[in-house]
Amino acid sequence: MSKNYYDAADLRKFGKITEWSEELGNKFFDYYGKVFEEGALTAREKSLIALAVAHTEQCPYCIDAYTKDGLQRGITKEQMMEAIHVGAAIKSGATLVHGVQMMNKVNKLDG
Amino acid sequence: MATKSLKARNNDIANTARQMEILSNGIFADGELPTFAAKIKETNQFPLRPKKLEILQINLGYMCNQVCEHCHVDAGPDRKEIMTIETMNECLEVIKKTEAHTLDLTGGAPEMNPNFRWFVEEASKAGIKDFIVRSNLTIIRANKKYHDLPEFFKKHNVHVVSSMPHWTRGKTDKQRGDGVFDKSIKALQELNAVGYGVPGSDLKLDLVYNPSGAFLPGDQMALENDFKKALKKDFDIDFHSLFAITNLPISRFLDYLIASENYEDYMYNLVEAYNPVAVENVMCTNTLSVSWDGNLYDCDFNQMLNLKVASTVKHISEYNEELLQDRNIIINQHCYGCTAGAGSSCQGVVA
Repeated sequence: MSKNYYDAADLRKFGKITEWSEELGNKFFDYYGKVFEEGALTAREKSLIALAVAHTEQCPYCIDAYTKDGLQRGITKEQMMEAIHVGAAIKSGATLVHGVQMMNKVNKLDG
Repeated sequence: MATKSLKARNNDIANTARQMEILSNGIFADGELPTFAAKIKETNQFPLRPKKLEILQINLGYMCNQVCEHCHVDAGPDRKEIMTIETMNECLEVIKKTEAHTLDLTGGAPEMNPNFRWFVEEASKAGIKDFIVRSNLTIIRANKKYHDLPEFFKKHNVHVVSSMPHWTRGKTDKQRGDGVFDKSIKALQELNAVGYGVPGSDLKLDLVYNPSGAFLPGDQMALENDFKKALKKDFDIDFHSLFAITNLPISRFLDYLIASENYEDYMYNLVEAYNPVAVENVMCTNTLSVSWDGNLYDCDFNQMLNLKVASTVKHISEYNEELLQDRNIIINQHCYGCTAGAGSSCQGVVA
């Protein structure tokens, strides 16, 4: 058993989750594959969304995977960083917009 | 950025036997990953055999005005291996009688061979249908004596194939050297000016993309669209097709993979992306590679690993197409580079 919670080599073993629940695992990977196909959004746009979400989810496996995926698609490091800022902006916006709730409460209790 | 070849730096990797050792040991020796031979045996594709010969690829020498990070030839200004006129004459004899319809001239910078133009003129007379020169673009701007190359190419209806790793200056210069992007752009504009790469033009200009680091190329068509859009918008440049080529784990790229601790991950990537359909059309099945000194190889990569053809005929002077075609192609783990994803060859994807 590894002493670390995360091991980069585990990403390669992702497919093995089907071994303990074949039907659900396969359905997930089918769905996953389909999601990232070219559609109303380009595969490149989806890759950048995935990279931003990988950061907001703080998933190290996803960050590895979608950084490499972006490089393969010719996405530049500046574009990747901007995508992450989109994620960060939503994260901080989501925090700050709750400030209105705080303000409402203060106004009600102490207005 | 290095300015000398691995050979001039006496780097361990310049020794081809050392490269073969690395590719055969470690994760492949302990069974963690299957060898290429074991992999193609799974789909009954072993031994790999040539099909009809279509392309004769001749390496005119390892000398180059650039020292690119990932060059599989380990080319550079310090490389002195240059094809002599005697060997060129032997090649011309073969060109006259071969079944191959395409002659593919490569290097180094093939234009730096002092007899390059003479050879092109003679080969042109021999009536080859498709005539490729793999030009690094910057050579056209490197010295006054090369400035008229676009006109020369046009005169002989040469199909120009040029490396261009990215449509941005930063990524291109990081891989190919400072100033390479601007010079390449200028050269592409000059090629466009004489009619190369323009939509509908018979003067073919194709670009080669290979990744700038330890990752595989993305979809060739998507990359081509991105390149076309960006080069047109930023520099008003046209070209015909983009060939997406995978970096093979040999020579400078192998050195880079090991130094950056990416070797194992990269080999995993290649093996995971293995595509048996690509094996059907790997370029060694329709190409023969001739080195600057006239030796024969299954491909340019085997040439750089010093793996001569497994045939009684091993040199251009003793060329016999029938005998050569009846051979097994020499394979090793570097071959995974040509069979990953949509496959990879000097003409781009193969599957």
